[in-house]
Amino acid sequence: MEPFARLTAPAVPMDLPNIDTDRVIPARFLRKPREAGFGPLLFHDVRFDAAGAPRPEFVLNHPAYRGARILVTAENFGCGSSREMAVWALVDYGIRVVIGPSFGDIFFENCFKNGALAVVLSADIAAGLRRALAERPGATMTVDLESQIITGPAGEAIRFEIDAFRKHGLLTGQDEIEMTLARLPAIEAFEARRRVEMPWLG
Amino acid sequence: MMSQRLTMFEKIWSRHVVAEGPGGQALLYVDRHLLHEGSTHALARLERKGRAVRRPDACLATADHYVPTATGAGEIANPEIRAMVADLGRHTRRLGITFFGRGEPRQGIVHVIGPEQGATQPGITLMCGDSHTATHGAFGALACGIGSTEVEHVLATQCLWQRRPKVMRITVTGTRPFGVMAKDVILAIIARIGAGGGVGHAIEYAGPVVRAMSMDERMTVCNMSIEAGARAGMVAPDETTFAYLEGRPLAPRGEMWPRALAFWRTLPSDPDAAFDREVALDATELAPTVTWGTSPQDALPITGHVPDPSAVGDPARRASMERALAYMGLTPGAPLAGTAVSRVFIGSCTNSRLEDLRAAAAVARGRRAAVPAWVVPGSAQIKRAAESEGLDRVFTDAGFEWREPGCSMCVGMNGDTAAAGERVASTSNRNFEGRQGQGARTHLMSPAMAAAAAVTGRLTDVRTLGR
Repeated sequence: MEPFARLTAPAVPMDLPNIDTDRVIPARFLRKPREAGFGPLLFHDVRFDAAGAPRPEFVLNHPAYRGARILVTAENFGCGSSREMAVWALVDYGIRVVIGPSFGDIFFENCFKNGALAVVLSADIAAGLRRALAERPGATMTVDLESQIITGPAGEAIRFEIDAFRKHGLLTGQDEIEMTLARLPAIEAFEARRRVEMPWLG
Repeated sequence: MMSQRLTMFEKIWSRHVVAEGPGGQALLYVDRHLLHEGSTHALARLERKGRAVRRPDACLATADHYVPTATGAGEIANPEIRAMVADLGRHTRRLGITFFGRGEPRQGIVHVIGPEQGATQPGITLMCGDSHTATHGAFGALACGIGSTEVEHVLATQCLWQRRPKVMRITVTGTRPFGVMAKDVILAIIARIGAGGGVGHAIEYAGPVVRAMSMDERMTVCNMSIEAGARAGMVAPDETTFAYLEGRPLAPRGEMWPRALAFWRTLPSDPDAAFDREVALDATELAPTVTWGTSPQDALPITGHVPDPSAVGDPARRASMERALAYMGLTPGAPLAGTAVSRVFIGSCTNSRLEDLRAAAAVARGRRAAVPAWVVPGSAQIKRAAESEGLDRVFTDAGFEWREPGCSMCVGMNGDTAAAGERVASTSNRNFEGRQGQGARTHLMSPAMAAAAAVTGRLTDVRTLGR
């Protein structure tokens, strides 16, 4: 996994609440192999019309937001399906940071498994950022994971919380399976105990 | 005597912690892992890295998302779809994982066959790379949907790093009126707490209405926990649970049965256990419910009207409603009942079990479908059971199409999709834009309501068709 430490880039606002992962990437694309590249499929059916032409009203097609690598969302972004391809599509498109008041739990977890940072801010602060980004399309933001500081489009500093486990994982790009397998004795001890306490589970 | 005051969730969670990690993360042991074609991405990565599967005996795999459901479909024409089904077969053979492939007698939707085979049991942790895994919580299990990287992690380690969610109890009191099914109860709950209302929580469903529900009904309720944003949904195990499980192929047998039973009886939340959040709902006030928008929270009684965005103060909410109504092609203020539908889908991990099919058949019996209507049983076993009761004949006599088991038009991955602009009365779980096909318009409802829509060609209050 590619580590993440710091990013300064244009940020794009999305105001609709409850944007589900079906909208982030439609089901018919999920059978593609990872190597196929998912960036062109991001938000496919709202980003392109039936003929494949960009829909001018969709925010990512606004010329000022081209090159956006930070997404600021409304409530419950990434709800619904567990499809990790939603994060693959964001990351392949270039978006490494998603900021919002709340996220679908599975989507949130999937971000950290793919080198993307999901940040929860209060609804007011997230709304303020979206407003500022709409007023100044193409404005940049900086997200610094080490210091846990976001610098907004007007230069304001916003501190964010992240648990130590996820922070370490992103900063180092560690292989979580290797980390877990390092605890094999604990897993084996658990299995031995379960064989006694719940023998019907095998 | 110890005064523990634990919730069922806490009892199961604490028993499965293998190790504590930084940041409040716990390494949780996974008792059962269910796989489907979507899991092949993770299986392929494992193979590429040369990693072993730690407990193939804890895995159970089935083909559901990509299998055709048309009768006598033959070989799958689309090479990518064909490869998804074939790859799962190849990986499970390679790894020695039990696999119910297309056409096999125990094949079906992953959240239907787990319980059906007795793999789903009280007190276990169960993971699956599918968001509707909460279904299995109906047995008093901690069951969570996970992403593809997490599937790979569970395969390799039989464990998962998890942050402990909060626990919410939703108590459903009163009695369900005539015509109100489990689907109506969960749609009403989601409308009440919102599509994000359960984020960061495991939900325990409790109260007399839930207690009186069959296992099929409890599964319908738990299934849609994710539509309220919850990490898991659970119902405490009781005699209904035990009676369902006894004798199932993978359930405890012989001398193990009474031992398991004694353990399972310790699982329900202690009477004075504290929950992070409590919600109460009176079922007596419920009516058959349908969705009007593009989020499962957009649900109203069938006696209601399409809501008017201009009456909503919050500009973000108003914009969201306007977009939903434009997509759905609905007019503010119009009555929901009477809205013409293009087709009907009865199936999915939410509503494809035998009781669902019986409820739909009771409405279809002696009537005639006015629009194309599909019935897709949740598993081959349910299909056989329904046929032995003659339900297939009830449906086909009424002009419904009786199909092969699979996820089908709930998600359309196998090509079972509705056309743009088509309005679908559906027993599935998501009315998202494009969920059932690009531009397709989904109204979620119970199996009885879907059958009523089929025989009238319109959204219809099933109660008006009589008992």
